[in-house]
Amino acid sequence: MLLFLEQCLNGLQLGLLLFLLSAGLTLIFGIMDLVNLAHGSFYMIGAYFAATFTALTGDFILGAALAIAATVLVGMALEVIAIRRLYGRDHLDHVLGTFGLILFFNELVRLVWGPAGMNVPLPAWLNTHFTILPGVEYPTYRIAIILVTLLVALFMYVLVMRTRVGMLIRAGASNREMVGALGVNINLLYTLVFGLGTGLAGLAGLMQAPILTVQIGMGENILILAFVVIIIGGIGSIRGAFIAAILVGLVDTIGRGFLPDILSLLLPSRSASAISPALSSMLIYLMMAIVLVLRPQGLFPVSNK
Amino acid sequence: MTGLTPRNFIIAALLVILIVLPVYAGIAGKPFLITLFTRIIILAMAAVSLNLIMGYGGMVSFGHAIYIGIGGYVVGILAQEGFLSGFLQWPAALLVSGLFAAAIGALCLRTRGVYFIMITLAFAQLLYYVAVGLDRYGGDDGMTMYTRSEFVRPLNMSDKTQFYYVSLILLFGVMALIWKLINSRFGMVIQGSRSNDLRMQAIGFPTYRYRLVCFVIAGMICGLAGALLANHTEFVSPAMMHWTRSGDLIVMVVLGGMGSVVGPLIGAVALLVLEEALSGITEYWQIILGPMLLLVVLFARGGIDGLLAKVRL
Repeated sequence: MLLFLEQCLNGLQLGLLLFLLSAGLTLIFGIMDLVNLAHGSFYMIGAYFAATFTALTGDFILGAALAIAATVLVGMALEVIAIRRLYGRDHLDHVLGTFGLILFFNELVRLVWGPAGMNVPLPAWLNTHFTILPGVEYPTYRIAIILVTLLVALFMYVLVMRTRVGMLIRAGASNREMVGALGVNINLLYTLVFGLGTGLAGLAGLMQAPILTVQIGMGENILILAFVVIIIGGIGSIRGAFIAAILVGLVDTIGRGFLPDILSLLLPSRSASAISPALSSMLIYLMMAIVLVLRPQGLFPVSNK
Repeated sequence: MTGLTPRNFIIAALLVILIVLPVYAGIAGKPFLITLFTRIIILAMAAVSLNLIMGYGGMVSFGHAIYIGIGGYVVGILAQEGFLSGFLQWPAALLVSGLFAAAIGALCLRTRGVYFIMITLAFAQLLYYVAVGLDRYGGDDGMTMYTRSEFVRPLNMSDKTQFYYVSLILLFGVMALIWKLINSRFGMVIQGSRSNDLRMQAIGFPTYRYRLVCFVIAGMICGLAGALLANHTEFVSPAMMHWTRSGDLIVMVVLGGMGSVVGPLIGAVALLVLEEALSGITEYWQIILGPMLLLVVLFARGGIDGLLAKVRL
């Protein structure tokens, strides 16, 4: 039971991280109609920046703040130089162009930081355990991740639903030409949205950096998970992304944690231990297939397109 | 389209080069050229099959490399279990990849556009993890094939030149088949459904079935390419169907030119020769290749074949 609680928290944490990535993806898709495969690259870049800046400043929080700022700058620069020219093109062009960008960023990171992975040490005050229930301890850093992502989700909600910029974002998502015709500087809005998306991806990357090794290609596997999230949630819907992200996080983590035990009840233990790792990796893709068969537009389809 | 336009001249030259290449490699003493070009021919076959659904059918599959993996694994697993005959292995590769394509296609074709791109990617990931989980067949590390497929006497797959020509003949056969197919009534329905699916349905064509059959044919051809690739590298591993391989196939098709039968062949030759050349210049060759892809997308719509078609004497 205690293990189950811990796995649920791990799943929640993975889900919230996925939300940071998929919120950016789904915003960029919903507003600019752009399929951005290079989104995972910003997750990686955020983590590398965090490794460098924490080493330079000696302070994790300061390093993280600098890393987010740097990632947003790289993202906005990329939007102005290259991404801007892809708007209004075929989705296939987006896939191909941003696939080229993945190759570019992976190689650039190898050139700048070298092929070896990096580690980000946690400050002592985060590297402790926190007693959530009597007898149940949970790493403080993971709780911090959950709190920060929840705050960011709240910030996103307020930004999109309660501010003028958010109103323009929503208006841009439902009718781009009309927003432009009403005199809004649509180019600037797009650059800001792209910067926001990359900032969220960078934040997700740098928060994972102390838990995992920072390495080249780290953004690609999680990017595919983020795609699964936005397909399940309905492309373009932030609310859908939030719910689907938590669903995917929980199913993936709990599946990995408990599928071997469940299978060993049903099957001879040798075959259970042989198939359960593969099966638990497949679980979320199976979930996506089922959702798409039942609701081809995802759980929360955006109807105004 | 007839006559000696620059495009036809270059295509003819490319075909002649492919046909005489082993002779040249033998005379010049560069046997690695045969290995490189066998690989190019096999991947070109996969790209040609992707073009059938992507260029003509408008179905952008981001998971096409799984059929390379399925074809490869069928051959590899049969070889491991002691079934060495190519007459069994190759048809089995075609059959199994066709079955997988039918199942995947039946689900994916319910969706359109960007959903289709991503759901094919997700199914590819799913099967990738299946391959990683195949402990008996090497799991993550893959497995070595100790013998290539066996055929009747004079035909010997272990002979590099013979294998090259077998691959080349199969590639030409596949391209001829696709040429026939797209100019048939079936091909017209597929292309019509790409332009306006609703209208095709209104005329009375059950386009879902047509598109599914097209998807299965493309999967089977790609499975054949996988069977060839397993024989070529004598090694089968999940990396054969990694999602970046699917990306490479899309690159080949778009780089060469969608919607022409030779386009993907030109694209495969261009991409792989370019990779070979760039990796000779610098270790960090992808830093050049990536932006080049972006430039192709931005400035060379229709790919190399499209550019060639515009050139007039």
